[in-house]
Amino acid sequence: MFHRIRALIIKELLALLRDKKGRMVLIVPPLMQLFMFSFAATQEVKNQTLAILNLDRGQPALTLEQDFTAATTFSRVIHLQRSEEIPAVINEQQAIAVLWIPPNFSRDLEHGQTAQASFILDGRKTNAAQIIQGYAGRIIDRYRTRLADKGQQSGINIVARNWFNPNLDFRWFTVPSLVCILTTVIGLIVTGLSVAREREMGTFEQLLVSPLHPLEILVGKALPALLIAMLEGSLIVVVGVLLLRVPFNGSLPLLFGSMAVFLLAIIGVGLFVSSLSMTQQQAVLGVFMFLVPATILSGFASPIENMPHWLQTISYANPLRYFMTIVRGIFLKDVPVAVVWAQTWPMAIIACVTLSMATWLFKKRME
Amino acid sequence: MANESLVIEDLTYGYGKHLPLALSALSATIRPGIVTGLVGPDGAGKTTLMRLMTALLLPSSGLLTVFGLDTCSNASQLHEIIGYMPQKFGLYEDLSVIQNLCLYADLRNVTTTDRRQVFARLLAFTGLESFQQRLAGRLSGGMKQKLGLACALIRKPRLLLLDEPSVGVDPVSRRELWRMVEELVDEETAVIWSTAYLDEAERCQDVLLLDEGRLIFSGPPQNLSERVADRCFQIQGISGNRRQVLARALQQQEVQDGIVQGQNIRIVLRAGHGQPALSVLDAGSEARLTPVVPRFEDAYIDTLGGGPGGTSLLAAAMTSLPRNRDVIVEAEGLTKRFGSFTAADDVSFTIRRGEIFGLLGPNGAGKSTTFKMMCGLLRPTSGTGRVVGLDLQKAPGKARSRLGYMAQKFSLYGDLSPRQNLDFFSGVYGLTGAHQKETVARMIDIFGLTPHLTNSAKDLPIGFKQRLALACSVMHEPAVLFLDEPTSGVDPLTRREFWTHINGLVEQGVTVLVTTHFMDEAEYCDRIGLIYRGRMIASGPPDELKTQTRSPQIPDPTLEEAFITLLQQWDAKHEEAP
Repeated sequence: MFHRIRALIIKELLALLRDKKGRMVLIVPPLMQLFMFSFAATQEVKNQTLAILNLDRGQPALTLEQDFTAATTFSRVIHLQRSEEIPAVINEQQAIAVLWIPPNFSRDLEHGQTAQASFILDGRKTNAAQIIQGYAGRIIDRYRTRLADKGQQSGINIVARNWFNPNLDFRWFTVPSLVCILTTVIGLIVTGLSVAREREMGTFEQLLVSPLHPLEILVGKALPALLIAMLEGSLIVVVGVLLLRVPFNGSLPLLFGSMAVFLLAIIGVGLFVSSLSMTQQQAVLGVFMFLVPATILSGFASPIENMPHWLQTISYANPLRYFMTIVRGIFLKDVPVAVVWAQTWPMAIIACVTLSMATWLFKKRME
Repeated sequence: MANESLVIEDLTYGYGKHLPLALSALSATIRPGIVTGLVGPDGAGKTTLMRLMTALLLPSSGLLTVFGLDTCSNASQLHEIIGYMPQKFGLYEDLSVIQNLCLYADLRNVTTTDRRQVFARLLAFTGLESFQQRLAGRLSGGMKQKLGLACALIRKPRLLLLDEPSVGVDPVSRRELWRMVEELVDEETAVIWSTAYLDEAERCQDVLLLDEGRLIFSGPPQNLSERVADRCFQIQGISGNRRQVLARALQQQEVQDGIVQGQNIRIVLRAGHGQPALSVLDAGSEARLTPVVPRFEDAYIDTLGGGPGGTSLLAAAMTSLPRNRDVIVEAEGLTKRFGSFTAADDVSFTIRRGEIFGLLGPNGAGKSTTFKMMCGLLRPTSGTGRVVGLDLQKAPGKARSRLGYMAQKFSLYGDLSPRQNLDFFSGVYGLTGAHQKETVARMIDIFGLTPHLTNSAKDLPIGFKQRLALACSVMHEPAVLFLDEPTSGVDPLTRREFWTHINGLVEQGVTVLVTTHFMDEAEYCDRIGLIYRGRMIASGPPDELKTQTRSPQIPDPTLEEAFITLLQQWDAKHEEAP
């Protein structure tokens, strides 16, 4: 059995790589997309206007206000006087965000209580808002560190996410996401087309009349795809780190371990699509039917938290959601094994489901 | 020149610098009022020439004029007078018959008032009147071709080009297509019919015979056949094994070409040689040589210098299987239903060791369904298929390791080299280590693949593809070979070579199940099963079927005539008693 699967794997790799055009298709477009997304489609946010409503005259509040005013992201600052002005500023797009420091901010801090402040963002500009939010988080983080240095025990509470981007460089956010998306594309395309291509060429029947068991055929299709997608994933990581200068802080074994589990889930989807399609054209359409929603529900373009509840629930079935979290974590901060594991086991379950479904459909379609 | 509708002068066409010329230095004239056959194997340049005639391609050099119009400068005028039916006619499968006709009428600017008349005439002509509302995708192969023809005839063309209209069309529909085209021809119209079937050439008044881009013959087919007049014979009354007789006959220097025809053997003698001694052939005491009418194909092989020899190196390299008459392949009440449609209905047959069994039948009659059930590609609704005593559904892996399969399109991995293909298929069938290496090397040797080892399989000439496909399917020395239209589109020389191998393998005890549209190929079978409307309506040796259908009108039917008669008889019987 091992020998037969080996023959299949060699054949599959040769079929993908022997042809010069085939090699180019696998390598050039992903790299192109990587550069396109990280340069052209940069979503870096600069020259923004911030509105500040500071109702507190205390020193801590003033320092926080100055920290925001000093940030390069905000080239213009509007000072508001009353909270009634806030809706107008946001609605008329005069500012992308409003920092609202209530009157008791300094007092709460001095009394060792949690000081409340609000950071209101223009939710219509989802991407920019998300990034600004990240910037704000970073500023507050610094502010908090300074407080701690002075021996202040009390906290402040401002909604802040994505604070792992200390240089405020959007590419740091894009490249890890692209590692996820491009490995997904490769994994899906390689498997999605494989069975359909053989069906088109008529070689599929040749495989079916051979002593190969259907499971062997599936393994023979899944392993080369896994190998190629892993290699491509590594290539993108290397290019991202070396050429695009994105830091890599985490552990490589954790990255590859979780990538393998993730790819198995994806390959299951690809094989399912492939078993269903009679032609490569159908397979490509099928792949996109999965790819587009999976990308959107992964938190790549817009935060999952901003989606309606029912979509958030659906996104739990999306392997890309978990892998995105893992890769961003591993890249930008050295996340511990426990965190990676918490995101990996759901992918393992999804992989079991997709691979079983692919096997079931594959066997069923053979009749 | 009123007598010439199409003039070709020194025409050359190449698809690319590094590719061999698709057509080289071709000169010919085509007359109106007749059907001109454009004959040659796949890859000979037939389609290229047709596309040049329609001005879809422009010549690399040379001149092509149609009714005085140069294809280079008068393309749009030319399109007004041409009817072209490409190999895959552009029927819209999701439109009905009448919608397809309307579409082509629009494209051809046939106005609404003319339209009713034209459609009525064409529908009557093609016999599609009662199928007007049917989707084109649901028509049978033959009906699709007729609709394609109707669409090409919406404006009566002066030049009608038909590119392999009979491919994938069963003998019955093929006859009807011929009848329709022959009715069309008049003083004004020229018809060009391209085909890879050499027997169709004999129906044409004029033939252009192409081989690898060169014109090797032009003129009435009889002129070519005359080359071999008095040299064509049948060895009749053979009492021994006819395959061995053929192998021995092909070893005689007097014999340049030979094929099996039922119980007899057809041979063509070399020019200037006498007859071979029947005693050497060991064909039995009853054997005799009877002169027969030469065929176009005999002459074609003659122009190429004779056919291949009769010994198969492949068969010699195989381990011979035990000599007994055990039942090796068995179909028992095979039935397949797709929804309410019964594709195969209670089909039963047995094939003994060393027998060639042919499945014949019109398109969509259930031949492929039966074949697929036999090699385990389809699960029967009821009934069983057994190979070497193993049920294909219960022990699929074990049964499949004993069978070899060769599909119509030579399903090879196009991006892999011939050696990689051989490595793969031998590996899949469990050959390992030194044994695998030896086997692959032997196949490369036997099939002369060495000059093509660096190419990808998809770039091989069709003859080599066919050899490679055969090699891939026999490396594990199967007890049973399943062949699905194994030689369609292949030139007659390669087809003879193929059958030499198959005959050799059969002598080693291999059992063969083959489906085919070629009557020539059917003649090689020991027995034939005729599948029609999902049932096996007749079975027996080819000669028996011919005898069975003898009638005063057709005293000595060919296999094709026998085939058609059997279908008609069955229809007649079932219309009387529904």
